[in-house]
Amino acid sequence: MTNQDEHKAGIGGMINPRRYGVERIAYLLMRLSGLGLLAYFIGHIYETSTILKGQVGWNEFLELTQTNAGHAILAIVIAMCVFHTVNGIRVMLGHGGVGVGKPARPDYPYIPASQNIRHKIGIYSAIILAAIAMMYGLAVMFGE
Amino acid sequence: MKIHYGTALAAVALVAVHILMRLTQGFAESLEYDSVIANYKFIPYAGMLEIILILLSIHGFNGLRVILLELKQGKTYEKAVSYGCVVAMIALIAYGSRTIIMVNTGMT
Amino acid sequence: MAQTTSLAEENASTPLSSQQSIILRIARYNPEHDSTKKFMEFNIPYEKWTTVLEAILEVKKHLDHSVAVRYSCRQATCGSCGMIINGKPRLACFTKISELNSNVITVEPMNNFPIIRDLAVKFERLFDTHHKVKPYLIRDDTEITTNTKEFLQSPEELEQYIQFSNCIKCGLCNSACPTMATDSSFVGPQALAQAYRYVADSRDKGKDDRLKIIDDSHGIWRCHFAGSCSQVCPKGVDPAMGIQLLRGYMLGFRS
Repeated sequence: MTNQDEHKAGIGGMINPRRYGVERIAYLLMRLSGLGLLAYFIGHIYETSTILKGQVGWNEFLELTQTNAGHAILAIVIAMCVFHTVNGIRVMLGHGGVGVGKPARPDYPYIPASQNIRHKIGIYSAIILAAIAMMYGLAVMFGE
Repeated sequence: MKIHYGTALAAVALVAVHILMRLTQGFAESLEYDSVIANYKFIPYAGMLEIILILLSIHGFNGLRVILLELKQGKTYEKAVSYGCVVAMIALIAYGSRTIIMVNTGMT
Repeated sequence: MAQTTSLAEENASTPLSSQQSIILRIARYNPEHDSTKKFMEFNIPYEKWTTVLEAILEVKKHLDHSVAVRYSCRQATCGSCGMIINGKPRLACFTKISELNSNVITVEPMNNFPIIRDLAVKFERLFDTHHKVKPYLIRDDTEITTNTKEFLQSPEELEQYIQFSNCIKCGLCNSACPTMATDSSFVGPQALAQAYRYVADSRDKGKDDRLKIIDDSHGIWRCHFAGSCSQVCPKGVDPAMGIQLLRGYMLGFRS
């Protein structure tokens, strides 16, 4: 029997958030922020290990990170961290069945109860809080 | 997945403390060499950093493992991804712990 | 390339006549001799009430017999006519051209299902995953003697699962799911929602069996609550709700 093409949407299908509402966008942002944070975390562990080189080595590395570009990257990391955390809490509650609505007899136009205002507010809050945190971080870093 | 949720919740609290330390000390001042050394020498804080390192390594690499396992399937690939992520986890924890322990014991 | 000349000789019925028309782009692909999908365009008149399925059948009747499409009830009951319409999985019989707000309607076969030809896809994987979750009542006491009573169920108990029993196995949820897009082993939102349908049924005693089946690395844990399955479900089954409620059992939120 030949191996038939499964006609999977592939990575393009997984990352395409169009036409499916904000919950799908949140899923995509969750994955992107998670990968971004992992990359930052690995970099951060390396960065902090330069303390073992003494004051000179530490200051050398600080010169690399305490730059405009470094601050901008850190601001993005702050935004990713806050979004990932707040949306993560929303997702964890959702996974437990909290806030997904109650089963009921469906009726036209068949609006799904799980895609409700509570979870949408959770997602938008995560985005707004991430933006606020990023702006605060920029104010702290560039304000000094 | 339960490990993923558990490490996430625990890490949120501890990372919040870590960030608050940076902000309350004054961001630029907190990055000075002596400040950082003092932080590492304070055992409860160093202990907290170690726990954050372990929790986030597990959470991060488990997340990466989930994404990679969804992209491709097959026994060999799945085993390779799982073991690879565990090895990366242990390596990162070891490398980070080395920093914490060496600074804490004054081996810089 | 627009084809407006009729290829059919029959005088079966008069074609739709209307002031308005759209361009219907149909994906054509025969795995036996085509290497890639190609689109054929047809100019189709439509009324306010014309569905995408009617437009496709108009093409079959008057313009090109050879378009392969699956359909049956024309009333969103059989689940046969699922396809990607303007980028989103929908039932062709349940989607009016006027509600798409576009002059160009593109129809393609559902993603994550192997293509038979053109718009018709294979459903074996959906049937297999559905079968895997044991979609039937499991009980120790079976009615093999006469005079046994029926299983009683109150209206409140019925409300707990009736929405999930509305599933018509159209496959739109499996097509929309981002995990299904890349994971060939994932059991899929349709099967997971049906697992919940039976777990929530007060007559069923197979909860532990089913939870064990879906407690797998490519089972319920690969659902990340993106919610796309519920966004596209034409019958209000809301598989995302069922899956999260089911996961609640496994995470200790419900017992």
